[in-house]
This record gives sequence, C-alpha cells and structure tokens, in this order.
Amino acid sequence: MGFVGSIYSKKPGAPFEHAGSVRASDKEIALQNARDVYSRRNEATCLWVVKSDQIVSSSPEDLGSFFEPANDKVYRHPNFYKTPEGIKQI
Amino acid sequence: MEAELIEYCTRLADTSLIVGQRLTEWCGHGPILEEDIALSNIALDLIGQSRLVYAHVSELKNDGTSEDDIAFGRDANEFKNFLLAEQTNGDFGKTILRQYLISVYQYHQYTLLQQSTNQFLSAFAAKSLKEVTYHVRHSGEWVLRLGDGTDESHLRMQTALNELWLFTDDLFDADQLETTLADKNIAANIAQIKDLWTKQVTQLLTEATLTIPVAHNFLRKGSRKGIHTEQLGYILAEMQFLYRAYPGAKW
Repeated sequence: MGFVGSIYSKKPGAPFEHAGSVRASDKEIALQNARDVYSRRNEATCLWVVKSDQIVSSSPEDLGSFFEPANDKVYRHPNFYKTPEGIKQI
Repeated sequence: MEAELIEYCTRLADTSLIVGQRLTEWCGHGPILEEDIALSNIALDLIGQSRLVYAHVSELKNDGTSEDDIAFGRDANEFKNFLLAEQTNGDFGKTILRQYLISVYQYHQYTLLQQSTNQFLSAFAAKSLKEVTYHVRHSGEWVLRLGDGTDESHLRMQTALNELWLFTDDLFDADQLETTLADKNIAANIAQIKDLWTKQVTQLLTEATLTIPVAHNFLRKGSRKGIHTEQLGYILAEMQFLYRAYPGAKW
C-alpha cells in the first residue's frame, strides 16, 4: 500500500472540504477507494485525492507565532459595519 | 409473450442476485478496509438491481407471488443465473476477475437494453448501467494490477482465469426464447454482446499479461435450463434459510 491520500469532496455550490484519508496501491485505486468510502451516501459531486506527503502543513509549534497574534485584533473582523438590509449569506 | 418476458427478466435478476450474494461473503473480510467497502457497495448495487426486476416480475405475474417468494422460494433448478455468478469467491483475485467478466457482460447487455421496446427493461438498463460502468472500472483496474503485478499475483490470476474460463461459454448460450425476444427488440442480442465482450475482455487480459485458456470441450453450459454447478445449492441454503424456516417472515 504505497499510496496514502487525503480526500477532499465537494457538493454543488460549496467549496472542497476535507473528507478523510485512504490507503491504496496507486492514485487510480486511491480515487476509486475515495469514491467507495466517502461518497457512498451521496456526499459528493467531485473528489480530489492529494498525496498526503505532498501537503505542506504548519506544525503544532507554530501555533503561537502563526495564529495567536490575530486573537486581539478585533478590528480585522467586519463587526463594525452595518449590513444593508436584504443581504444574505454573510 | 408475457411468460417469455417473465423468464427473461428472471434470468437478468438471478445473475445479479447470486453474484451479489457471493460478494456479501466478503463483508468484514476484505483485504483492506477500503476494498471491503468497495465490494459491499457492488454487492448492494447488484442486489438492488435484482430487487427492481423481481418486483416487476411480481407485478407481471399478478398472482400474489412476492419479490421475496421469487428470491427465496425457488429451488436451484429454477434459478437461471449464469454459472459464472455462482462460482466460489476463492481469493480476492478470483473474486475480482469473476466480477470483471460478469460486469463487462452486464455493461454491454444493459447498453443494448436501453434501446429495448419494453419500457421497463429500457428504464432499468439506463439506471443500472451507471452502476455497472463503475463495476467494470473497479474490477478491471484490479485485474490489470494483479495480472501484471508480482509473480505471486500473476500466478493466482492465471489460475483463477483458467478455472473461471470454463464458465464463459454459458454467458452466450442463447436459446430460442432469448433469440425471439431479441428479434422483437425486447431483449439484448447475444451475438452482439459476445462480440463486444470478447473484444474488451481479450484486450484487458492481454494487457494484464494473462493468457486466455485454449478453448476445449469442457466448457460448461446450461444455466438457461436451470442446470447448475454444485456451488449454487450452498448459496441458496444460506440465503434462503431464514425465509424458509420462518415462512412469510418480514425484515
């Protein structure tokens, strides 16, 4: 089982979301496994398989320097604007 | 005419049911989790196909015979599934090769049936073709990988092919009933299926470095007359036990 893949699936009008992972012998079988495991209950209209070792990820040690500085900067949120009437999906 | 249609539908459904039932034996025993789910998905597709057709047969008969009566109330000689469908699972390679040989047949059969003048058959074929298209892709990719894989996987696939090939003539053993229905554009033409099947299967098996056994006199036939190998009895014994022990049971 030389291929470990992260699976992303999407529904119409929505962005791709991480669904889980699969093991497989290669990419075609990985795609089929993803179909069988993550779309059997009508969850997807498209699937991405990304080789897991190709994902560049931040590490737990980055937590402080990456994300904490944003904690006390409320002015970056659009909280101080009035939403015009009739605007949905914000 | 209706009796012929009932018989033809029963043949279609029996093959799907029996090979589906065979695949369910893998549930919880697949080589890896993903493949376990894949085989169960295919099994559910096939059993679902058989249910659609049995329900239609039940309507055509219109004598109180239910879907369940048809699936669980008949004996082996009344089943008309292909001999290939009832063969034992063996190892994963044999199971997936059996699936490939049957799925390619169903693929071409359903493709042709989409043009059937019978409304039920054309609608059934159009719906089921989507499922079968995936079965062909999944099983075909595995046959390719295992045939052209390691020495061990190649040997196992060649052994499975030698064994299963004995039952492939049975797929094309058209009788008067199927020929007549095909002439009326109700059933799929078996000569056409045979051409398409042979071409596709030969191409993939060759690519998978497998050798098709030389045709000989031991090819087994007879499913359309209800003549089966001993394997079918064991499947029915397990599949029908509950229904027969508790007649009319609902679940």
